[in-house]
Amino acid sequence: MNEMPNIEQATDMTETKISANKVQVYYGDTHAIKDVDIEIQPRSVTAFIGPSGCGKSTFLRTINRMNDTIDICRVEGSIRIDGEDIYDPKVDPVQLRAKVGMVFQKPNPFPKSIYDNIAYGPRIHGLARNKAELDDIVSSSLQKAGLWEEVKNRLDEPGTGMSGGQQQRLCIARAIAVSPEVILMDEPCSALDPIATAKVEELIDELRENFTIVIVTHSMQQAARVSQRTAFFHLGILVEEGSTQDIFTNPKDKRTQDYITGRFG
Amino acid sequence: MTETTLSPEAAEKPAKLPFKSKSLYEVDDLTRKRNAAEKRFKTYGMAAIGVGLFFLFVLAYTIISEGIPAFTKTIVEVEFSLTQEQFDEAEGQLFKTKAYEQIFIGALQGQLQESGVSVPFDATTIERIVGKPGNTIRSFFTANQDKLGGPAAFELAASSRVDGYMNGRVTRENMTDSRFLQKTDLDLVDNLVEAGVIKTVFNWNFITGADSGVDNPGAAGIGASVVGSLFMMLVVLFLSLPIGVAASIYLEEFAPQNRFTDLIEVNISNLAAVPSIVFGILGLAVFIQFMHLPQSAPIVGGLVLTLMTLPTIIISTRASLKAVPPSIRDAALGIGASKMQAIFHHVLPLAMPGILTGTIIGLAQALGETAPLLLIGMVGFVARGYPDGFIAGFTEPNSAMPAQIYTWAARADFAFYEKAWGGIIVLLVFLLTMNIIAIILRRRFERRW
Repeated sequence: MNEMPNIEQATDMTETKISANKVQVYYGDTHAIKDVDIEIQPRSVTAFIGPSGCGKSTFLRTINRMNDTIDICRVEGSIRIDGEDIYDPKVDPVQLRAKVGMVFQKPNPFPKSIYDNIAYGPRIHGLARNKAELDDIVSSSLQKAGLWEEVKNRLDEPGTGMSGGQQQRLCIARAIAVSPEVILMDEPCSALDPIATAKVEELIDELRENFTIVIVTHSMQQAARVSQRTAFFHLGILVEEGSTQDIFTNPKDKRTQDYITGRFG
Repeated sequence: MTETTLSPEAAEKPAKLPFKSKSLYEVDDLTRKRNAAEKRFKTYGMAAIGVGLFFLFVLAYTIISEGIPAFTKTIVEVEFSLTQEQFDEAEGQLFKTKAYEQIFIGALQGQLQESGVSVPFDATTIERIVGKPGNTIRSFFTANQDKLGGPAAFELAASSRVDGYMNGRVTRENMTDSRFLQKTDLDLVDNLVEAGVIKTVFNWNFITGADSGVDNPGAAGIGASVVGSLFMMLVVLFLSLPIGVAASIYLEEFAPQNRFTDLIEVNISNLAAVPSIVFGILGLAVFIQFMHLPQSAPIVGGLVLTLMTLPTIIISTRASLKAVPPSIRDAALGIGASKMQAIFHHVLPLAMPGILTGTIIGLAQALGETAPLLLIGMVGFVARGYPDGFIAGFTEPNSAMPAQIYTWAARADFAFYEKAWGGIIVLLVFLLTMNIIAIILRRRFERRW
């Protein structure tokens, strides 16, 4: 964490990992997301902030097509990852989700052992040819998630028996294990206490080296701490998007300013 | 924000309070009412449970006290030896069994005298007590001629009236002299009991045997019907569980929500409430008259009961699939599992305890079902023997436990009445075994999430 690659961050600014263009999301008759255009850079943390019900989670879930599981949900516009439209009929959402992992609001480990929690993804995607390789993936994923030291002696214990913070880091490790390129996090710390939150935030900062991270958060402090870019959503509209520093110190839009100063929300 | 508006109000509030603070030691009226209501409700609950327990106790007591006699039988045990000469002489006579009966009576008299009692009796008395023993004795010695000359013990089943006298169903007070039994015979029975000739033993035949004719309740057993029920349950389990679970998974997880699936859903719920006899007549029309499957066969019974069980399994499976937290589905989908992988690897194992509960309820219902079986010919008297082999178990005519019990209960001879109660005990034991297996299985699947 100390050796944060600031220079690398600067060079990355020119590329685009995810680009959304005129994205509309409808839940039945409700127009939940209106005209969202955003470009997300690789190997950086982008935070989505905004009041409850503003559509930030909905938009996040369009990036790995988790909204497909909701019958009445309809998405228009285009979202490209590395230039490929993920809503193209040729794209299989299952394949997409292996590339774009997700961590949810509530820690949701499988009711299986810690080992099996991590190994499940690599198993179904055929990432390991034998047990030794699988062991490697499990240990390296846990190491990357900073959980290895805590659980290395009890890999066969149920993942549901750990503390909330550990469970959430287990879920992050589980997402990492399938080597995604993008990790989406939907309020990953909202169910955690401040100490566990600090650990997860630290982890997010480390993961930035290898992954593109998009995080939805209710906590503006958290957005300020972990992200390089911040997008402010309000009533289904992307109000403002820019470097985190700009958004928090020099917001251009009145609504952004009101929100971050706590005047509504 | 709101702070500016809130603070003046908060400052005024104490002054505006309409009543002053009361002591916590005094219980006010509202609290007293609430507490009384709670107490009342608890009493109702306990009363309800008490009534339930009372009836359960009455049920268990009646079943056991009425059914136990079915598990005992009264036998007349006589030991005697037959010499070659006696055998040849008896075989030479015109009424051969009569001759054997005389030998039997002689042996019985000898045995009585040995133990110091002597009551005069004749052949007709013996016939009233053990039926006609001559044939049994003759067929034994003709089959085992090497046993001639040595002592051989005979266990003859006592007549159903004597059996009733032994277990208290028939008493001197309630009986009338008839050609089946006379009051004077009971003196002989008492003496024979004293001499250890008549005794009550455990009736294995009731558990292992098949149904007997209407005039021979002593030989009736439920074994063949147990086998019939078992084969039927196999059919029900292996058809309704996979079909039911597959249907529920499809309806719950894959099917689109539209008018057609709504219609299917409503109909499944309706099917669960259809009287079982309707399924019986459906089975008769479709499986027997149209498809020409064998009549009275457990496979047909199993098919009919499968139709009856399916809605129960589908409804409970869907409920338990619904109860699996969506976060588990999200977790699996989020790391790139396909929908089917998410369901089969994660959702289904978690729903398994609920599915098993539904299945066992369905099977228990099917096990106790009588009406549809009567319509497809699985009545009690069909169960005359065991099937010859596994496949025959499905196709040969047989009965099932409840149908057998029904048939016995409908017969005239009172001895069958106690067989019916005994049959109920066997049925309940069967059910209990099934439930215990299911509970053990469920324990294995049960996991926290």
